Amino acid sequence: MSPVTRTVLVTGISRHIGARLASVLAADPAVSRVIGVDTVPPASLVRDGGAPSDPLGRVEFVRVDLRSPDIAQVIAAADIDTVVHMSLMSGPGGSRPAMKEHNVIGTMQLLAACQRSETVRRVVVRSTTAVYGSSPTDPAVFTEDSEPVEVPHTGYGKDASEVEGYVRGYSRRRPDVVTTTLRFANFIGPRVDSPLTRYFQSPILPTVLGFDPRLQFIHEDDGVELLRRVALDDHPGVFNVAGDGVLLLSQCLRRAGRFWLPVPSPAFRFLGEGARALGRMDFTPEQLALMSHGRVVDSAKLGHELGWAPKFTTASAFDDFLQTRLGRSVR
Amino acid sequence: MTAEEILSFAARRLSGRYEVDEFGYDAELNDKVLLELLRPLYRHWFRVETIGLHNLPPEGALVVANHSGTLPIDALMLQVALHDEAGRAVRLLGADLVYRLPVLGHLSRKTGHTLACKEDADRLLRKGELVGVFPEGFKGIGKPWAERYKLQRFGRGGFVASAIRAGVPIVPCSIVGAEEIYPKIGDLPLLARLLGLPYLPMTPLFPWFGALGLVPLPSKWLIEFGEPIRADEVDPEEADDPMVVFELTDQVRETIQRSLNALRLRRGPAFFL
Repeated sequence: MSPVTRTVLVTGISRHIGARLASVLAADPAVSRVIGVDTVPPASLVRDGGAPSDPLGRVEFVRVDLRSPDIAQVIAAADIDTVVHMSLMSGPGGSRPAMKEHNVIGTMQLLAACQRSETVRRVVVRSTTAVYGSSPTDPAVFTEDSEPVEVPHTGYGKDASEVEGYVRGYSRRRPDVVTTTLRFANFIGPRVDSPLTRYFQSPILPTVLGFDPRLQFIHEDDGVELLRRVALDDHPGVFNVAGDGVLLLSQCLRRAGRFWLPVPSPAFRFLGEGARALGRMDFTPEQLALMSHGRVVDSAKLGHELGWAPKFTTASAFDDFLQTRLGRSVR
Repeated sequence: MTAEEILSFAARRLSGRYEVDEFGYDAELNDKVLLELLRPLYRHWFRVETIGLHNLPPEGALVVANHSGTLPIDALMLQVALHDEAGRAVRLLGADLVYRLPVLGHLSRKTGHTLACKEDADRLLRKGELVGVFPEGFKGIGKPWAERYKLQRFGRGGFVASAIRAGVPIVPCSIVGAEEIYPKIGDLPLLARLLGLPYLPMTPLFPWFGALGLVPLPSKWLIEFGEPIRADEVDPEEADDPMVVFELTDQVRETIQRSLNALRLRRGPAFFL
């Protein structure tokens, strides 16, 4: 039986999905308190261009740098029982060392605080399918127990693998706490801002010559709904989360009606560096691998164990993104 | 196709509104474009004849074939044979080299093929697909002319284990004709290593005549599907028993070798008939 009142801590609420989750939880009568932490306060949450009417509701914002041990005081002071760790950064906003420190050290501090806490009994971690990497020698479809042939050795994928490692360690040391790890495919939707959404919005899209990767997306609405469900109920384990089906990059580009420019992979990397310098996109080596070999996961376990599946398929999620962001009509 | 069909096909393709499966298989592109390019080769160049199509079970099965010809034209012809004459999309398991290379990798996925690995084989067989493998791999396709129609080693028999795990029969498939398309009379191992290729062949026409050397010789082909070998009657628990796996592997290998010998006699000379 789950207790009637809960106090939920959400990390990383300055960013879109974290903020949406916090506001959904705050609107839920079963949740007594929602505490959101981040290094910067959340931008006001407005959906569909509506008025900024108290969007975060009852969410209490606390400014905490996860890399510091301060988070332990927040958890202890508020008798937190559920922690939703959303603050993984997918791209180097500033420098790569800062991103790594934020992701890995931040998670270690948070989990250390959870381990000491008497009240925390559920931890949900947002991870990514990037932990599987992208390579030509991997199976076409990853399940949760797949071991990638080439463990990601750079960027987001590596951080997320390490984060998951710490989560496994934590769950071994605290078997009384329910831990859920969600490996999300690339988020997409009306308000998602990620390297990939920025890519699809650029005027000319570079592609890797001779490659047509398989991609998967998860719609932000589905992502928020799933996070809400695992935050409020026990669903221990690791789950892949992607919209049904796949889209080839070539299909995405045709649907988007954009110009694309196939470039040989060394030039793609060079272009990526240039784009990063301009602050437009960041094409890291792992992005290059994704744009060459793609990545597809099997989300069947999620359906079996939660009795829930994303409403948006990969294709309909992408179409929704196109419609709202690029004004492309979708037949 | 009528003009209208061609227009709607083009519109669908250009707007990206078509489906591919999780492996990247694009059935429409495969049938309407990629196989269409191979059909003249199949019908008029190699004059492929198929035997024993009734041996293909209606459900999932693992087709195991010999591999030869320096370039994997035999895989493409097997695909046309199964698609056009049996109405089946065969999902071949290919070397990772294919998926490392530009163009080849994604075309291979679009025609329904994937990497030869346990996970992909199991997944396709569980979905009831017709899966094809060439267990000889590079040892078979890259063997010298003098060893034509001599089956090479079948590796560790991973394909047999997959069939047992999935509970599907193995259909032995013998392809006669591919050995003669690019007779490999020499090898350039140093250059091959430099290019990261398993071998770089010399044939009577390649590299001496440049691109002309890439034209396959017009040998006469026969493709025979033998009686299914009942890997589906083995207890799935025994999929990791090396004894069981090796025994079945040998049985498949011997069946294909016997049928290759008989087919060669039946065909007679490779050329000018």
